[in-house]
Amino acid sequence: MTSFLFAAAIFVLVMEALGLVRILRGPADADRILSVQLIGSGGVAVLLLLSAATQTPAIMDVALMLALLATFVSVAFLRDVRPSDEPTNT
Amino acid sequence: MKFAIDIVTVVMVSSGVVFFMAGTVGLLRFPDTLTRLHALTKVDNLGLGLIVFGLLPQAQGLLGALKLLSIWVLVQLSGAIVSQLIAQATQRSGRQT
Amino acid sequence: MTYDVLFDLGLAGVLIAIAAGAIFARGSFVSLVLFMVYGLLLAIVWVRLSAVDVALTETAIGGGVTGMLLLGAASRLRATKGSAAKAGFPARLAAGALCILVSIALGIVVYALPEVPPTLAPIAKENLASSGLGNPVAGVLFVYRALDTLLEKVVLLLALVGVWSLAQDQAWGGMPGLRVYAKPNSILVFLAQVLPPVGITVGIYMFWAGANRPGGAFQGGTVLAAMWLLVMMARLREVPAIDTLWVRQLLVVGPAIFLLIGLLGFVFADSFLAYPPDHAKPLIVIAEAALTLSIGVTLALLVAGPPERLRQ
Repeated sequence: MTSFLFAAAIFVLVMEALGLVRILRGPADADRILSVQLIGSGGVAVLLLLSAATQTPAIMDVALMLALLATFVSVAFLRDVRPSDEPTNT
Repeated sequence: MKFAIDIVTVVMVSSGVVFFMAGTVGLLRFPDTLTRLHALTKVDNLGLGLIVFGLLPQAQGLLGALKLLSIWVLVQLSGAIVSQLIAQATQRSGRQT
Repeated sequence: MTYDVLFDLGLAGVLIAIAAGAIFARGSFVSLVLFMVYGLLLAIVWVRLSAVDVALTETAIGGGVTGMLLLGAASRLRATKGSAAKAGFPARLAAGALCILVSIALGIVVYALPEVPPTLAPIAKENLASSGLGNPVAGVLFVYRALDTLLEKVVLLLALVGVWSLAQDQAWGGMPGLRVYAKPNSILVFLAQVLPPVGITVGIYMFWAGANRPGGAFQGGTVLAAMWLLVMMARLREVPAIDTLWVRQLLVVGPAIFLLIGLLGFVFADSFLAYPPDHAKPLIVIAEAALTLSIGVTLALLVAGPPERLRQ
């Protein structure tokens, strides 16, 4: 069971890594904030799986904090959303 | 009995991870910000939900189970509202490609 | 290879990729997003190192507060369109060489660590029970090294005063220029009404649980700060002017009560910041409660920035 939970956590981690591509590519800023959402939910999932795998209930508190803070971060970033990157802008 | 519980956990967590994969593939391959948003909400709801339900039998006591469920509800709620905000921001800044 | 080692390796790889992306990305928005993600995922590293208290703090500070500070800085840079002269090639080469040297030195140090590191941890854990606390980190913060904790809180206040001193003379005492949503947004207002009660409950829970399990005043305070910032960004409440009385009172109540308890240690126990034997835990909890409030207000005001305009 522990091995399976770790394996599931590895899988979710790989999914998050793939989501990073959208941060680098995504033409619009909103796409990048979407990826932050994915990484937030994925991070919560990884932490919950780790909590069950290592039988440490305290890790669920970290997942709780992550859920709150990921929302806060998304709202903070949404203040600055601009249209698709123009080719000349950086 | 323990074996049956473990089977439930394995099946639920695996399905949850499959939905994670579906959401990520959607995020990478869909053509438009709004369609990617649609794919991503499946991750919050079903992906995390199935993982939480799979972990419930392994939870430590009633308090642990309640905490798992409330984390899922919090992620769903905040995810839903932030998705609306993202969609609104996308619309306000013009049609996206 | 066992799955947990594989997980750790994968985590390390992802983090290095994110860090590289944050450094080499073009455009400050992308770098900022990657940096925030880095902070959020670093929490998982701390969890794997069995440092759950640090993981909680990293999520809150590294993920939330630091990111917001950088966002504020980036927006000010955009507004001024500063022209940064790029560093010359020799300078960059020297910086790169220095980084490589530091990395090699760190690697050597980690490999040269003794099998059984000299540590005070067992002694610390043995004597923890006499203070009534169950969390060794709280024990170190409030019993063994309480002076450091008191000084840290004062340093936090000094940092806030430093940020305030960046204000223009005529704006002193005014309202900080936290960037808020320009147009009233009903969805955001809904979020700012629904999430803060949950956040405040979590913050209080974090502080309360810190006595016996991972948590503490700092983590709880940071969650409170994040919730207040959310309310201010959504314009449910205006950013308070820095000369408002209740703001100043909340800022000092934490360090003041902690200092008072420390001075009472002269009277009721042996020395400064010593606790009378049976009353250690209630005193620590009172100090932590006050500190949670102060830390919350201090961090939120740090993010809000220097005052920019006077109250109308």
